Amino acid sequence: MNAAQLDAFLAAATDGIEFDGLSVTPADAGYAVSAGDGCDEIGTDEELRAFAEENPWFVSNWHYWNHVVGDAEARYAFLRWLERAEERSVRERYEALADGVARSWGQLRLEARLGEDGRRRYAIRHEADIDVPSSDLDRYDDPLAARELVKLDDRGRYRPLKTAPTLPTGWSYPDLDGHDLVRTVDFVYPATIANWHRENEGALDVTHFREAAERQTGIYDVVDELSVEELEAATESCCVDSQCLKRRMWDEDEETELDVPRGKGEFPCREPCSLFVTAARKFVTLGREETRSYEFELTPTEKEQLEEIVDAVAEGRVEEIREADLNEGANRYRARYLRARRTDEHGLSGTPTYPEDHG
Amino acid sequence: MQALVIVGHGSHLNPGSSTPTFAHADTVREAGAFDEVREAFWKEEPSFREVLRTLESDTVYVVPLFVSEGYFTEQVIPRELRLDGWDVENWESGDGVSASYATHGATDVEKTVHYCGPVGTHDSMSDVIAKRAETVTGNPDVGEGFGLAVVGHGTDRNENSAKAIEYHAERIREADRFDEVKALFMDEEPEVDDVTDHFESDDVVVVPLFIADGFHTQEDIPEDMGMVDDYREGYDVPTEIDGHRLWYSGAVGTERLMADVILERAAEAGAALEGAIDRVRRDANAEVAGD
Ligand code: SF4
Repeated sequence: MNAAQLDAFLAAATDGIEFDGLSVTPADAGYAVSAGDGCDEIGTDEELRAFAEENPWFVSNWHYWNHVVGDAEARYAFLRWLERAEERSVRERYEALADGVARSWGQLRLEARLGEDGRRRYAIRHEADIDVPSSDLDRYDDPLAARELVKLDDRGRYRPLKTAPTLPTGWSYPDLDGHDLVRTVDFVYPATIANWHRENEGALDVTHFREAAERQTGIYDVVDELSVEELEAATESCCVDSQCLKRRMWDEDEETELDVPRGKGEFPCREPCSLFVTAARKFVTLGREETRSYEFELTPTEKEQLEEIVDAVAEGRVEEIREADLNEGANRYRARYLRARRTDEHGLSGTPTYPEDHG
Repeated sequence: MQALVIVGHGSHLNPGSSTPTFAHADTVREAGAFDEVREAFWKEEPSFREVLRTLESDTVYVVPLFVSEGYFTEQVIPRELRLDGWDVENWESGDGVSASYATHGATDVEKTVHYCGPVGTHDSMSDVIAKRAETVTGNPDVGEGFGLAVVGHGTDRNENSAKAIEYHAERIREADRFDEVKALFMDEEPEVDDVTDHFESDDVVVVPLFIADGFHTQEDIPEDMGMVDDYREGYDVPTEIDGHRLWYSGAVGTERLMADVILERAAEAGAALEGAIDRVRRDANAEVAGD
């Protein structure tokens, strides 16, 4: 607690204060005050000042939340959540904050700790870098830099979906104030704090698939043709934890829940995102095709190999398969060998895709 | 509190597509007139759909970083922002180049949204095109002895794209700075392929009215004009073709002075800017002068 905080406290006391266990009620002969425990009757302003000096945490805590963070709802709620303010008393929190309190948000590890005079300081890094010494991480201080920082994954590939679980590692924001913490998180995972807050307030506005699809125009006009089975396959492909950290809150429509896990993410997905809509458009055109019967000659192992290749691509494991691991169906040499043996200009096992074109 | 939101197209495939939007947003931030400045995209996040809820300000100016009026500015953006009661009729444009702004609430947030016309059709965009000619020639006085080609996409889903190009070509012609000014297109007559046929001047500056550099500005146009057979080989500026020197500038949207157009749009819609426009202009000019 510093002098400015004390002055603000004394000034506010005349109107009464009720915050986080700190209570000051103006009474006839002074104030009734309490700081988390029993109530004291206090007479003069001098005594009120002495009370504040005996309870500096309560005063600085009150000052931080009311005068520094202010009343911006989502930001306020998020910073409170971060230090578990609704679960812990001021004393417990201050003790915990002295060592640092951490929570995860997607792949982010967020940390709050006590700064000067009860102000909070915050830090952000990738959760995979928890045990990496700070000196081995690239230091950032400007929230705006996060826009470029999260653009590519660790393999240098562009991340069009911000909540894909491919956040790059190796960086940290070691020292931010609350305002910049929220801005930085919002650049990494845009709108997640706003929607999380709405959800907690019981005010999350969910737009279900049919409604979102109806709204589409231009080349996306067709997405409303997706059947419910196709829609389930689509959400299973795009909206599960291995692909996206948002928790899907939308369904086919208000009545029709999709039989696909929603995800375990902290923050909700309130409507199909643009990547999903783009994928849905492709799935619609794929769904318009009729199936046909083909006859192939493949060995059982070759059939399994094709299945393994599909699986490896779908799970994004292709890069992990070792060059010399010939037991993996999706090994590159195995795939090349399969191609050399089983495909020609007509395709798989010499079977043309459109036999009618080949008389 | 007042916020500025710059809305751009963005891309699922090209990581560089949002770069000009970020750069102009930073210039506007540095100018200091807004409490919050945020970028939003059609194909990236935050989406148009969610950007308003991330702002703490009650008053929001939205400026589309698009070349022309049409499908995106008239349908997609207002719809996705949930502008309450949006009607393109109220946008003061019937001719495809005169939309100024319209004020609406949004149905999902309690904010006043001043939705502005796109940067590409604003009068001051003519200055940015001229500035682009200065930047690419490295000559703040470029004009005499030079022709200028303003290049657009042409026939497209966007019916108004040609209008914006012709509008600026006409304005720059009237300013009488360049010996000749022509509007040329990729997909309609007169075509950029025959650029040298359209000019008598030995030196011709070619400025594409595109927001971000990408496929069209980096590959198609240089190849169409014959500056290079395969864009991957790179090209010189200027390149000599049929006795003319072509000064090809790349997308005008990457010019620093674009931030000025964004501010002009917001100012016309009522934003309090306190000298921010002057600051941006001064800095952009200092850049060409080599300070
Ligand atoms: S629609 Fe699916 S992929 Fe897109 S953000 Fe929501 S949960 Fe993630």
